[in-house]
Amino acid sequence: MNLAGLTIDAVRSAVTERTSSAAALAEAFYAKIESDDPKIGAYLILSKERALAKAAEIDRLAEKGEELPPLAGVPVGIKDVLVTKGVRTTAGSKILGNYIPRYDCTAVARLEAAGAVVLGKLNCDEFAMGSSNENSAFRPVHNPRDLSRVPGGSSGGSAAAVAADMAVATLGSDTGGSIRQPASFCGVVGLKPTYGRVSRYGLIAFASSLDHIGPLAKTAKDAALMLRTIAGRDPMDSTSAELPVPDYVSELDKPVKGLKIGVAKEYFGEGLEPETRSAVEAGVQKLANLGCEVVNVSLPHTKYAIPAYYLVATAEASSNLARFDGVRYGFRVKGARSLSDMYRRTRDEGFGAEVKRRIMLGTYALSAGYYDAYYLKAQRVRTMLTRDFEEAFKKVDVIVGPTCPTPAFKLGEKVDDPLAMYLADIYTVTANLAGIPGISIPMGVSKGKLPIGMQIFGKHFDESTILRVAHAYEKAV
Amino acid sequence: MKVTERDVAYVADLANLELSDDERTRMVRDLNSILGHVDSLSELDTTNVPPMAQVSDRYGVDESKQGTERFAYASREDVHEGLRKSFPPEVALANAPDSDGTFFRVPKVIER
Repeated sequence: MNLAGLTIDAVRSAVTERTSSAAALAEAFYAKIESDDPKIGAYLILSKERALAKAAEIDRLAEKGEELPPLAGVPVGIKDVLVTKGVRTTAGSKILGNYIPRYDCTAVARLEAAGAVVLGKLNCDEFAMGSSNENSAFRPVHNPRDLSRVPGGSSGGSAAAVAADMAVATLGSDTGGSIRQPASFCGVVGLKPTYGRVSRYGLIAFASSLDHIGPLAKTAKDAALMLRTIAGRDPMDSTSAELPVPDYVSELDKPVKGLKIGVAKEYFGEGLEPETRSAVEAGVQKLANLGCEVVNVSLPHTKYAIPAYYLVATAEASSNLARFDGVRYGFRVKGARSLSDMYRRTRDEGFGAEVKRRIMLGTYALSAGYYDAYYLKAQRVRTMLTRDFEEAFKKVDVIVGPTCPTPAFKLGEKVDDPLAMYLADIYTVTANLAGIPGISIPMGVSKGKLPIGMQIFGKHFDESTILRVAHAYEKAV
Repeated sequence: MKVTERDVAYVADLANLELSDDERTRMVRDLNSILGHVDSLSELDTTNVPPMAQVSDRYGVDESKQGTERFAYASREDVHEGLRKSFPPEVALANAPDSDGTFFRVPKVIER
C-alpha cells in the first residue's frame, strides 16, 4: 500500500475490505519510520507492542466481518506531552526522561477506543515551549520539506510525521500556536479546537488556561474525524465543556456560499513576508470565488497579544512546573546535601535553557511588586483581545489570515534570540488567549518550495464552520 | 536595564532554580530584552477592564446561571473513591527516584 497521501477513510476501507490488514499497515509505517526518520527525528519513542496488539484486535473484527469503528487500523502518532500508560512519556525533557505514566490521556484513550493504532510518541519542544522544535532535550526535528529548516514547534514531530507519511494523523498540543504553526511550516492541516472542546486530562500542563489538544492531518476531513473522536465532556477535566459534539464530518459538505469571511488588517501589517501575504490574499480570493462574502474587520489590540501572552503563559508555567522537583517521578540529581539543594540542582540539570527562561519570567511577573504591573495587566489585556474577537464575530462567520509571518526558517537561525522566536507566534497566540478555534491549512508554496499556511478562526465551539471552509477550499484547488 | 543580577538571583531562589554564573548573565540579558517588549502594554488604559483568567467561565456555559450554579455539572458528591480508584502504593511509587516501598525518600529536610 502506498503510504503517501493515505487518509483515514482509505485505511478504514482497506482494512474492512481486507485488501490490507491493520497489522501489515502498522508494519509498513514502522518500516517507513525506520528508513526515513533518522534524518527527520519526528519520533522519540515507538510503542510497537501496543500498536500491534491493537492492530491484531482490529484484524480479528475485520475477519469476523463485524462493523469496524471509525478509525479502525489508522496509524497515529502522539505528541510526547500526552501521557500513555506503560509507554515512556518525556515531554521532550531530560527531567522526565525515564517517566512511565500509569494512566492514559483521555484523547489518546478515545482514539484507541475508536480503533486507532498508536505507533509512538512524537518529538516536541521541551514542555511544549518553543516555536522551532530546537528546544527538545533529545534532538531537533528537521522539516521533511527542506531538511535544513525547522518544522516549527512545539508540535514539530507531530507535523513532520504527517508531512513525511510516517503517520496518517497525529495529536499535538497548542498553547500559543504549537499545532497551527508547525502545520503551516510542514504543509499539513492543524486544528486547535475551542478551549473546553477537548479534555486536557493527561496533557502535561504548560499553561492551563491556554493549553489545547488537537489533531494534525492531511485533510480537513481527517481533522474532522479526529476531532469528532476526541471531543466532548470528560469528568476528569472540569474545564471540558458540557456541550454536545456535532458531527463535524457530515457538516463538511454544507455549502459555504454566503458565509461572511472576515479579513483583519492587523494580520496583514508590518513583518508579514510579501510572498506569504500574496498567497493568503489569493486564498481569500478563492473563497470569494466560492461565493463567500469578504468583509473587512478590525482586531485593534493584536499588537499587544505577544506581550500579554508571554506574561500569562509564563506565569502559569512557573506554577505548573513547580511539581518537577525530583521527589515523586523523573530525574533526581545525585549527591544532594539537603532537600533544598536537591530541588535546585535537580531543576537546574533537568530543565533546558528555554524552560528556565520561562519559569524565571513567570516567577518575576508573579512576584511581589510586579504582579499588578505585569500579570494582572496582561490578564486585563487578554479581556480586550477577547472583546476584539467578540466584536468582529458580530459581523462575520469566520476570520481568515496568515498562520505565520514567514515560511519555515533555518535551524539555528533564531536560537539565540528568544524575542525573535516569540514574535513568530504573532498570529496564533490570540486564539489561545480568547479560546476560539483556529485551523491552519496549506496554501501553496513559496518560490523556495516552502509551504505557506492560511489560518481560519471561528466563533467559540464553532469548529464546524472553520472545517467546512477548509474543506471547501481543499476541494476547490 | 530593569532586571539586575540581584533580581535574577532573587527570582531564581523563589523558583527553586540553581543558576550558574553564565546562566545568570544570560538571563539578565534575555529578561531585559523580553520585558522591554512587554512594556508596550503600559500604552493601554485598562482601568475599567476586568482581568481574564479563564475562558471556560464565559463560553460553553449557561450564562443565565450564576456562580457555582453555572458549573454544577462539573461537581459531584464527596465520596471515598472518586472518578478513579487511587493508585496502590507500589504503582504510585514506581516512578520515584528513591523510596522505601511505602514512602518517597528525600534528603534530610532540616539543615544544621
